[in-house]
This record gives sequence, C-alpha cells and structure tokens, in this order.
Amino acid sequence: MKILVCITHVPDTTSKITFTDNNTKFNTQNVQFIIGPYDEYALARAVELRDAQAGSSITVLHVGTAESENTIRKALAIGADDAIRIDAEPLDAMFVATQISAIAKQNKYDLILMGRESIDFNGNMVHGLVAEMLQIPVISPIMKLDITGNIATMHKEIEGGKEVIECQMPLVAGCQEPIAEWKIPNMRGIMSAKSKPYQVIAPVETQNVALTLSYDLPVAKSGCKMIDASTPEKLFELLKNEAKVL
Amino acid sequence: MILSYIEIADGDIKKTSLEVAQMAAELAKKMGDSALAIAIGKADVTKLALIGNYGISTLIYVDTDVSISKNIATLVANIATKNNASTVIFPKSIMADAVAASVAIKIDAAIVNNVVEIPDTANGFSVKRSIYTGKAFAKVEIKQAKKVLVLRKNAISTQPTSDIASVETYKEDISTNHLKITETNKTKGDILLTDAEIVVSGGRGLKGPENWHLIENLAKALGAATGCSKPVSDMDWRPHHEHVGQTGVKVAPNIYFAVGISGAIQHLAGVNSSKILVAINTDPEAPFFKAADYGIVGDAFDILPKLTLAAKNYR
Repeated sequence: MKILVCITHVPDTTSKITFTDNNTKFNTQNVQFIIGPYDEYALARAVELRDAQAGSSITVLHVGTAESENTIRKALAIGADDAIRIDAEPLDAMFVATQISAIAKQNKYDLILMGRESIDFNGNMVHGLVAEMLQIPVISPIMKLDITGNIATMHKEIEGGKEVIECQMPLVAGCQEPIAEWKIPNMRGIMSAKSKPYQVIAPVETQNVALTLSYDLPVAKSGCKMIDASTPEKLFELLKNEAKVL
Repeated sequence: MILSYIEIADGDIKKTSLEVAQMAAELAKKMGDSALAIAIGKADVTKLALIGNYGISTLIYVDTDVSISKNIATLVANIATKNNASTVIFPKSIMADAVAASVAIKIDAAIVNNVVEIPDTANGFSVKRSIYTGKAFAKVEIKQAKKVLVLRKNAISTQPTSDIASVETYKEDISTNHLKITETNKTKGDILLTDAEIVVSGGRGLKGPENWHLIENLAKALGAATGCSKPVSDMDWRPHHEHVGQTGVKVAPNIYFAVGISGAIQHLAGVNSSKILVAINTDPEAPFFKAADYGIVGDAFDILPKLTLAAKNYR
C-alpha cells in the first residue's frame, strides 16, 4: 500500500500571533513551528498501517519554503519513508491542492491522508479540493481508519454524532484524534531521518489563487466587568439588560 | 447571480444559513445582481419560504435524502451553472465545507473559507477571513471570475423582514455509489455544541467528572450545550467531542461560560467568535478574565448552584 501524508508547518497552539511589515507579513520571531497537530494524527495512523502491511510505504508531502525543513525531517523521524517538498509559499488552499494533486497523479497513492484542517488558515478545504481534482472519494474528519484488502472502514464525525463509512481505495481522508496516538521519534528514527530520500520539486503553475493582501488582529475587549461572588445572579441581569444576549 | 446554500436540519432551515441568505442578498444588492438560494434535503416547504425574511425572493428546493457531500455538490454545481452564478456562499459546517470544496472545482471558482464580512467590491473583490483560529484576520483578494465563499457563524447580523420567498422544486437524478454509509449514530435530544446559543464549559476547576452535574444543571436551566477544556477531555473526565479549543470544537454562541477554565491561548482560540464571554474562576489572575466580558471570582461549587437557581427566572 502506498500512502501519501500531507503535512503543514504551523505555529504551535500557544503562539501569540502578530504581524510585521505594515501588517503584510506574519511575525515568526519567538514562534515555535510544528507539524500541524491534525496532520500528525494522520502521520501516526499511516505509520501503524504501513507497519501492519508488508511492502507498504509512506511519502510525506509538504508545500512550503526551505524554512519547513525541520518539520519535514521530524515527519521522517516519526516514520515516513521519504519526503517531497514543493518549493513554494503555500498561497491558498487551491494552490496547495493543485500541487498535491499533481504529485498524486504521477505517483498513484492508495491512501492520501492529511489533517482535518491546518491550524493557521483553518480552511478545511485542501482534502476536498484534492479529491475532486483526482476524482476520488474524500472522507473528513475521520476518527478511526482500518484497512481490509482494498476497503477502508472509517468513523467520520458528523454534527451531533458519527457515521461508519466503507470506501474502496484510492481515497483522500482528513484525520483528527483519536485516530492514533502521536509517535515520539526515537534516536534511530532521528538518525535515519537525515539519510532518507528527500526531494525538492518546483511547483506547477496555477492562476486560481486568492492572495492575502494584509492581516489584522481582533479588537481588544474593553475590559471585564466583575460581579461579586455573593450575588452571582446579577450576572443574568447584565446579560439581559446590558449585553442583551439573554 | 449570487447563490446561497441553505442547510436543512430536522426539517427546518439551520440558523447559520440565515446569515448566508442575508449576506447573499446584501452582496447582490451591492453589485446590482440578483440573489438565489438552494436547499437540498427533507424540509417543510412553508418553513423554507421564510428564507424570504432575509432578502431572498426565490429558493430552489431539491427534495431528496442524499447525504453524501459529493452528490450534493453535483446538484449545487449544476444549479449554479444553469443560473450563471458568479458567487456561491455556504454556511460553515462539516458537510457544507466538503460540498463547497467540491463545487469550487466543478465550477472553476476560487475558494475562501471562514469569511467574516460582506465582500468589499469597491475595488475588485476582496474578503475578510478569520485565520489562526480567530486569533487574527486576513484580507484576501479574489481575481477569479467565479467565487465560492464559506461564511463563519456569527459574522453577519440579520434583519429579518416579513417577506416570503417563492419555492421552486428541482429534480435531478444523481447517484454515485463510491462509498457506503453502514451506520449512523446521532445523539438525540442534546443541544449541538456548534449550533448552541449558549455554551457552559467546565475545566479542571471542577475537580472531577463526578461534579459535572453542576455544569449540566446550569446548562439545562439555560437551554445550553455543555463543553469542556482540553485537560478535562485528555483526562477522560468528558468525551473528546466536548473539547472546545483550537484543536477541538470551535464554538460561536451568544454567551460562553468558562467555569474553572484558566484560559490557555489554545482554549480561547476556540471560543473567541462568541458574542459574550463569562469567566468564573477562583483565581483572579486567570487569563480568561482578560478575554472575558463578565467575570466572577469565586468557587464554582458555590456559584454554579446559585446561578442554576437564578437562571430559571431568565429563560
């Protein structure tokens, strides 16, 4: 089984978000970058599936600049067999999906896994776009994934519950916990990551891109109105008459 | 033509879709264009006609029980093409996100998710979107002739009128059997966290799962859904699907109660689209107070029962 795992390179969830250059660039100073948490779940499950079926392999794919190098090496250390980096700024979801589907058309993967969404732009779009470009099914977000022969059985989150879905491969899936436990790379993994095949490829061209012009931050709250703990019921009076939300 | 996608749940229009209708109507007015709506599913036609309250004069209704995003997307794309739609607007949901992505490819559109404002058409076409789970916004320019936009909840304020839309039914046989749904489990009766107008969430301050009735009782009194912080779901006090935060469920209610939740950045990211944030914590230095609109410094075990009792006079 050939598995493609697409990963993002994103600020960790504790990061304070600020911008520079007149609000046109993300300020990377003091920001720790990580593999997208949802992508890491996808990778962890891919490692388990690969190890369970002899002759399987995992390629990790990332669309980004050389700054993402450490994130990709970590994915190799966790257990991917080889890596491809598309050397370009990930401009928008359509751009990224175009790059992923171009690679997938060449290499014919059975399973294309990624996180349910990136935690920077939260688009939740790339898996759906890739699947439509490749004309294969997409299931997202999934919390369980098992493979028997050529059939994938998945638990998909729906509003207020879940669905159990069976689907023939190839397919695209967006993953979330608890699909697998994150894998902590061991020393052997870290050492071997340095020598695993790592290709850098130029992007394919596309005109359909929604370009970001500028950024801004939410307006700060004017301050918290405190209510005395001895009369908590006053809160409802304020919610009703002042905030007018009750 | 501006096409709005109206989601149906339990035979009626979902609340988030009202904002989509309003946005489509306002955008059409701004651009000297007309607005149309499409609803796919099982619903009462008289209820669907109420979409007219939000500025839509015609709704195309496809009466079907299809539940696979790909099939819904085929219907939407076909209707969009027949009506020469330049922009298709979706509400944010698991299903609508999947449909939107598929439609964008089918009609060769650009796509932007988490839109929070009516697009700026003064100079080209640009939209404001939420990024970093609500920690920031981006202004995005779309040059592509066709656009697919997904609207974040609580972004547009609606001003309902008493106008009624005419409902036209549409039929088309769509069937693909590429995947099989073998089982569907839905919790009945519970208020959906993502749709709730009020959410009451508990954190480690509740000290253990055995105390969760305090959260549940207040939620029940207010007609609210319940959520929890990440540590609480990590410790298995509560199921994962109740975890509110950047890597959990993102909520946007009118009122969000954070009880015994300190207010880690990753938790705040999941709630910052809420209209009003209320913090209840024993620690006056808890970061949540900095983000909150109202706060009570006090013990949840003392305050929750009092609030539950008082809530009955306000609902």
